[in-house]
Amino acid sequence: MSVLLDKKSKVICQGITGSAGLFHSKACREYGTQMVGGVTPGKGGSEVEGFKVFDTVAEAVKKTGANTTMIFVPALFAADAILEAAAAGIELIVCITEGIPANDMARAVEILKRYPKSRLIGPNCPGIITPGVAKVGIMPGYIHKPGKIGIVSRSGTLTYEAVWQVTQLKLGQSTCIGIGGDPIIGTTHLDAMRLFNEDKGTEAVIMIGEIGGTAEEEAAQYVKKEMKKPVAAFIAGTTAPPGKRMGHAGAIVSGGKGTAKEKMAALEAAGIVVAKSPGEMGQALLKALSGKGRRKAPKKKSK
Amino acid sequence: MKLHEYQAKEIFAKAGLPVTPGQLVKHLSEVDEALRRFPEGPWVVKAQIHAGGRGKAGGVKLAKTEADLRQKASDILGMTLVSPQTGPEGKLVKKIFITPALDYMKELYVSVVLDRATRCPVVLASAEGGTEIEELAVTNPKAIQKFPVNPLQGMEPFQARELYLALGLPKDRINAGAKFFQDLVKLFLELDLSILEVNPLVVLKSGELHCLDAKVAFEDNGLARHKEYEGWRDADEEDARELEAGKSGLSYISLDGNIGCLVNGAGLAMATADAISFFGGSPANFLDVGGGATTKAVTAAFKIILSDERVKAILVNIFGGIMKCDVIAQGIIDAAKDVGLKLPLVVRLEGTNVEQGKALLAKSSLKYQFASSMDEAAKTVVAAAKEARA
Repeated sequence: MSVLLDKKSKVICQGITGSAGLFHSKACREYGTQMVGGVTPGKGGSEVEGFKVFDTVAEAVKKTGANTTMIFVPALFAADAILEAAAAGIELIVCITEGIPANDMARAVEILKRYPKSRLIGPNCPGIITPGVAKVGIMPGYIHKPGKIGIVSRSGTLTYEAVWQVTQLKLGQSTCIGIGGDPIIGTTHLDAMRLFNEDKGTEAVIMIGEIGGTAEEEAAQYVKKEMKKPVAAFIAGTTAPPGKRMGHAGAIVSGGKGTAKEKMAALEAAGIVVAKSPGEMGQALLKALSGKGRRKAPKKKSK
Repeated sequence: MKLHEYQAKEIFAKAGLPVTPGQLVKHLSEVDEALRRFPEGPWVVKAQIHAGGRGKAGGVKLAKTEADLRQKASDILGMTLVSPQTGPEGKLVKKIFITPALDYMKELYVSVVLDRATRCPVVLASAEGGTEIEELAVTNPKAIQKFPVNPLQGMEPFQARELYLALGLPKDRINAGAKFFQDLVKLFLELDLSILEVNPLVVLKSGELHCLDAKVAFEDNGLARHKEYEGWRDADEEDARELEAGKSGLSYISLDGNIGCLVNGAGLAMATADAISFFGGSPANFLDVGGGATTKAVTAAFKIILSDERVKAILVNIFGGIMKCDVIAQGIIDAAKDVGLKLPLVVRLEGTNVEQGKALLAKSSLKYQFASSMDEAAKTVVAAAKEARA
């Protein structure tokens, strides 16, 4: 079992004739993903490396039955690509592109409310992988191993680090979701936590957060009230100075809010095992799984 | 990209928002030009630095006579301002802005920022202007009104009227006042800003609203759409190494410690600095070489780290994904040779082709310590830095 992505997912790539789009479409196909084609406006009807190219997402959906897209369209046009996918009825929109203006994303997220069947992951993210089954994104497939740990993270390489630690413990992953490092994103930590909570194939979750915003705290509130599974976490950015943007547009401590310390305290208060050093994410998971530091099962509401 | 007050006011004026014109002065001789344009006092002399809290730090002064104006200009130009936002070392004032002083009745606060929780722009406003909003947020959060804005439409007239009334402003000017707030939001959206702030926004004796100050920052990604403003960046206000890194496509932030870091990916870079602190060391920087991590990028990164004399040891932490570890290892070897690296170097490689990468490093003449996990890497480099200092 897994969340959002399985062997039935039919995937297209928007921006498939660009070098990054093509490279990663091939890598996804090699991993086992059902890649059914790509979209580049004006190049419809052609074929590239065995991928059929369409002019519009709507046409691609009609001809291939695609339900998932991976977006590599350049930053200033990516918000439009997201909306095109939603309008065409794509259910899972994975936007890899980084550098999209924040106001574009604010507008896109507002319009996406009209398409409740579409879910956006990203932008500025590594994508999503269900190990051994399919991947839609830029992560190296081989570090993953099929298993029962769900991983959700704002970052790319730090997610790989967590995946690697889990794999080395001979545990595997059910699904890993990179939700992206931008201030405005589609799927949040909270959304991912809900999905993992409902997924029968997921036994425990690692949540990797960063300074800035309050998304990790919101997920922690949910964990405290509803989560049936152990959760371990790490928050990056303890050493980040206030007011500085740490690479990710979203990773910024402003007005004393969104510090790592605050977030860790909120997570621990929700019964989440928090790794103090990034090298200890796997150990924190083991601790959560063993029940040490594990919160009590949520009480059922009395009538 | 942050702008100075005088630049922000130029943008405001162009958008038809009420600001007082002023004279930018980079050299004292230019005070004459200010006097020619605004012969009648009193005037306000304002330090032009990017940090806030200028007034309390002594960077904003009222001048009543011509002699007084020259004196105040000479006091502020060239002074080092220390405010809570400049850091303890302060900021050298290289520009001042001279503007006629205005009589007003009341100081208010208004700003537009992007709110990540509600995923839309939000207007923050308070009848208690003049103070730091962060301070107010702590001492009296209820005094700050929040109005979420639909990013597709801007601020609706009814919201703007509600805001106007919430600030306790005179009802006879409600429509003009509401339009002012709508115009602020329109400017924020049109220019893809990350912050637009007026503090204080004042009420003139006539009842009109007027922007006594103006603060604007472009959202870095949105700036790509407004190239006409790229030249407005003030290099004096930014860290030279951060600017240099940006030119090579690297993301670099200066920290206070002595361990240089070179990492791929923003999250891993942050986490690496955290691990160093956790094991008792102190990172000198945050440096993300990006997903590619080519020899060119690694060389540029080494050069930037080495230009920081505080650095006593370097940690390279790379998780090779699409980029293969052997390619990265070769990049490290070439870059170290190119820059004549002499400092202790700890390398941690993991991911695609890691064995080939290790073999390349072992064969090279490079002096380094290899670490096989993140914790080990952090511990090793902390020990190396301590040894180098002793």
